[in-house]
Amino acid sequence: MEHKRLTLFAGHYGSGKTNIAVNYAMLLAEEGKKVCIADLDIVNPYFRTKDSESELTEKGISLISSKYANSNVDLPAIPAESYRLVQDKSVHGVIDIGGDDRGAYALGRFADAIKAENDYRMAFVLNRYRPLTSTVEDAVEIMKEIETACGIGFNCIVNNSNIGSETTKETVLESVEFADRLSLATGLPIWLHTVEKNIAEELSDLPILPLKLQKKYFDLPN
Amino acid sequence: MAERILMKGNEAIAEAAIRAGCRHYFGYPITPQTEIAAYMAKKMPKIGGVFLQAESEIASINMVYGAAAAGMRVMTSSSSPGISLKAEGLSYIAGSDVPALVVNVQRGGPGLGGIQPSQSDYFQATKGGGHGDYRMIVLAPASVQEMASLTIKGFDLADKYCITSMILADGTIGQMMEPITFEDTEPSVYEKPWALTGTECKRPHNVVNSLYLKPDQLEKKNFERFEKYAQIEENEAMWEEYMMDDAEICVVAFGIASRIAKNAVAEARKAGIKVGLIRPITLWPFPTKALRAAADKVKSFISVELSMGQMIEDVKLATESLRPVTLCNRTGGMIPTPDEVLAAIHKAEKGEF
Repeated sequence: MEHKRLTLFAGHYGSGKTNIAVNYAMLLAEEGKKVCIADLDIVNPYFRTKDSESELTEKGISLISSKYANSNVDLPAIPAESYRLVQDKSVHGVIDIGGDDRGAYALGRFADAIKAENDYRMAFVLNRYRPLTSTVEDAVEIMKEIETACGIGFNCIVNNSNIGSETTKETVLESVEFADRLSLATGLPIWLHTVEKNIAEELSDLPILPLKLQKKYFDLPN
Repeated sequence: MAERILMKGNEAIAEAAIRAGCRHYFGYPITPQTEIAAYMAKKMPKIGGVFLQAESEIASINMVYGAAAAGMRVMTSSSSPGISLKAEGLSYIAGSDVPALVVNVQRGGPGLGGIQPSQSDYFQATKGGGHGDYRMIVLAPASVQEMASLTIKGFDLADKYCITSMILADGTIGQMMEPITFEDTEPSVYEKPWALTGTECKRPHNVVNSLYLKPDQLEKKNFERFEKYAQIEENEAMWEEYMMDDAEICVVAFGIASRIAKNAVAEARKAGIKVGLIRPITLWPFPTKALRAAADKVKSFISVELSMGQMIEDVKLATESLRPVTLCNRTGGMIPTPDEVLAAIHKAEKGEF
């Protein structure tokens, strides 16, 4: 897989951005790259990149994250260290952006530098089984809102369509057609389909990034 | 079958409300329920509904009061500290007998507390919160699917009895994502001859008010209202029983605590312990009959709660304290693990109370 120096994941909240960002950072590290992952989420105080801190550190990936992430301090804070992403060109940077347009505002501060360097992927993370991105029109609306908020246009799509624990090979295959229609409507290529590891093995003919899900505490029976 | 979609608990509430015919949402953001407002902000303008972020919680509950008086299906949502601010309005709505839906996605307290999940507003929801003699129907969802189904049920019960229905959820169920299905059903419509819809000079004015100038009239009104509450207690209690047929220990838990307790009960059964679970789905009316019947069969009860022990008082009342009731709890935003509940079951089996 060909990598850009910066990879940005944005999209609707709950679409899977954080999980994908963490997995992609791991992949870069496994390929021997010097990797830095930054959590720019200023919206949601839960489910943060920091959840995977120990696994990231183990792989030598540096994590830039607000010290208030996952705490009771519900503040939209971004550490000054985040500038390293655009200033230190020796690292591969992975940026996990907060959900929707509200989350993408934080990226605006870095937009000029990212565009000037022009070595980035700005990926729209799609889950067509989420209610507010279940039609192509709705997905396009959210994409445009995000682009307006952060000042960077998307240049590819990541299809992360899933229905949680009930996801099957068929769920993924059915979503490919939807992702294709979004690709046609926006003129953007589908970069990856992201699928949980055990299902990924059954889908070898698609461009796939297999995902290891972030920490889960225990299963809840119905 | 309708399609499975992946939703957050908070989104499920908002979508269900829209499907139930709610076109008026008034709120003020607070973690961990902000997705309800965000969803409404996105969807209401597209379907001719009203989303309004008020200047405060107090303003938003009074907007609910106004829209309810006009006969609209209306809702607000908040989390613990915000519900305290709404308490005055809740009392006025109760005193005026108009229907409304109020959502509390609880977080740790008291005070500003924290933003992690909690069930410590049980007293506030079931015993009052605002002033005066009143009740609210309190529904406690334990899954994202139930966030949806109980929201629809809550609107129907509110309209049927001219009362406030409260969805008492917690930060976990509000934030977690599960696959759910919405059935294609039309919202139920209730006649509201009392609503302020304009007389067109064809009928006498309707008045919606909670002020009574004479105490004997207020007393009469309160007596009437409590006859309605008695009917609700008789007809509307809901609960789920799990492995209760031969149970000798009964775990009582609602919401997220019941999901965790179910793990522990299943685990204890593997070890041969006869234990079951009663999950109250309505917290008011409390499933008193189910608990009282269980008291004749089991040796003891365990109340599992994300609080310092609030529902445990209703368990003791419902079972007339015929059997020992122990508490297994975490608080302040912490959640008991299945192992902690299992340990409490082992203690109960040994008769350690």
